[in-house]
Amino acid sequence: MTVLTDKLLLPDIPGLNRLDVYEQHGGYQALRKALTMKPEDVTQEVKKSNLRGRGGACFPTGLKWSFMPKQSTMPKYLCANGDESEPGTFKDRQIFEFNPHLFIEGSLIAAYAMGVGTIYVYIRGEYAAWITMLQSAIDAAYTKGYIGKSVMGSSFSTEMYIHRGAGAYICGEESALMSSIEGMRGYPRVKPPFPAQYGLWGCPTTINNIETLANVPIIIQRGAEWYSQIGAAKHPGPLLFGVSGHVNKPGVYELPTGVLLTDLIYKHAGGVPGNKKIKAVIPGGSSTMWLRGDEIEGLRMDAESLKPVGTSIGTGGVIVMDEDTDLMSVITRIAHFYHHESCGQCTPCREGCGWLEKILKRFSEAKAAASDIDLLLDVANNIEGNTICALGDAAAWPVQSFVRKFRDELERRIQQPGGEKPYVPPPHLVTADS
Amino acid sequence: MVKFSDEALRKIEELKKRYQTKTAMTLPVLWLAQEQFGWISDETMKYVAGLLDVPVSHVYGVLSFYTMFNSKPVGKFHLQVCTNVSCMLRGSGQLLDRICKKLNIAVGETTPDKRFTVTEVECLGSCGTAPMLQANDKFYENLTVEKIDHLLENLK
Repeated sequence: MTVLTDKLLLPDIPGLNRLDVYEQHGGYQALRKALTMKPEDVTQEVKKSNLRGRGGACFPTGLKWSFMPKQSTMPKYLCANGDESEPGTFKDRQIFEFNPHLFIEGSLIAAYAMGVGTIYVYIRGEYAAWITMLQSAIDAAYTKGYIGKSVMGSSFSTEMYIHRGAGAYICGEESALMSSIEGMRGYPRVKPPFPAQYGLWGCPTTINNIETLANVPIIIQRGAEWYSQIGAAKHPGPLLFGVSGHVNKPGVYELPTGVLLTDLIYKHAGGVPGNKKIKAVIPGGSSTMWLRGDEIEGLRMDAESLKPVGTSIGTGGVIVMDEDTDLMSVITRIAHFYHHESCGQCTPCREGCGWLEKILKRFSEAKAAASDIDLLLDVANNIEGNTICALGDAAAWPVQSFVRKFRDELERRIQQPGGEKPYVPPPHLVTADS
Repeated sequence: MVKFSDEALRKIEELKKRYQTKTAMTLPVLWLAQEQFGWISDETMKYVAGLLDVPVSHVYGVLSFYTMFNSKPVGKFHLQVCTNVSCMLRGSGQLLDRICKKLNIAVGETTPDKRFTVTEVECLGSCGTAPMLQANDKFYENLTVEKIDHLLENLK
């Protein structure tokens, strides 16, 4: 494993968001290099690097690009996914703010590799400030001839537009994102057909996460061989980890994949306030399976290392909960989120998410029956895998893992007829300085 | 009568070059409408539908799907408090309570002077600077009860 000393995605260079500063530090040289290569060789290089998507599914990026038809009578599209709505995730906005040209350059290289004539950058509506930041970077790149007709004097032309979302978690799902660009409600679509065959307006389309695209110039510039040595072998590269919740220094940390979760929390994020013990960790955004505080020792943060403990890296959004946290209220809040964000197309998700929330509330209020634990699992299991998109799974996974790993939390809230009063947590137990 | 400003109409002409269909302009045009009018009334909805050659039902469908579009008037400052996990763990519950108490309104309500509307929202991608709220388009992060008091006094 290569030890990475320099930050590649978010280097500490003042003013890097400005085009002239970016150029002074080698900016747009990777695009220049890519334009001298054959498009299929660019894709091949990304394939060789083993870059995997940073949006949560960890799908190999080069492979995804290779699904795009070489010849097409229809226009081809690239959608850059900056919806960033998974609770616990706040990394792409750092790229928009501190290194927007790296992302723009990566998108242009991707567009060149796939023969894409239009790039849409989908950004969540709430990121108004970051939309302005990215738009000024795009405008600057247009002025210098990096975007638009004959990019850098080559025969390759492509346009880049920002499409502003308007508040819907589901639009981070790739097919819902396309529905939203088409001006519709953000409804996911049944796959197949996959976007590379039938995407935006029925045309070949590829959707990549913002952070994924930001990795591309590094791969082209330094070579796939060099890049693939960073971090975990099967899931290499730098990764933006967002650490939030009960830590002293919450924030985004750029580290190689495979970093120890404990290093991330204690070394980088400054540990837990008041040196409290950790009760639970959500490792990769709200949809990933929970970890108990006693199982994080020695755990590495990459796609493969998290599989044996039954969870995943997701978006790299780590949420830490200390020993005094009322976990019941947290899991109930997560269930509320998925209930609120379900688009309503599929019955198991639309109805099931509501039921998960309702049953969990019974536990929160200590009004649950003993049979409610099984009911909770039954509902979650009937959502998982039975919906058009992964939102259903995302709602089921945290609940399933909670039942598996924190069954005691549920059991102590069951109503005992004539018996002891169930445990009811005090209000607002969950605070910053508690 | 509802009518876009010349500036908005110019932007709409620009938008036409960006998309394959007029329908695709629904979200950006609704954004322009909300910027100009503050919220989307039935009349605005019909106006937008007319401009885009789409049924009013389509515009309503989109409007009612996305939470950021206001289908009823909001106060001058729309306080959107994130109460999702990372903010919750850092005390967003107390912040929301404080705001409601200070303004003497419940979540979802507007103050009688139409200055503030308070809503509870889902994760806004500010987990590293939690707790936070969004007032109209602006983020206020790393909030405390003291900062909230100060903010409420200064938003005018």
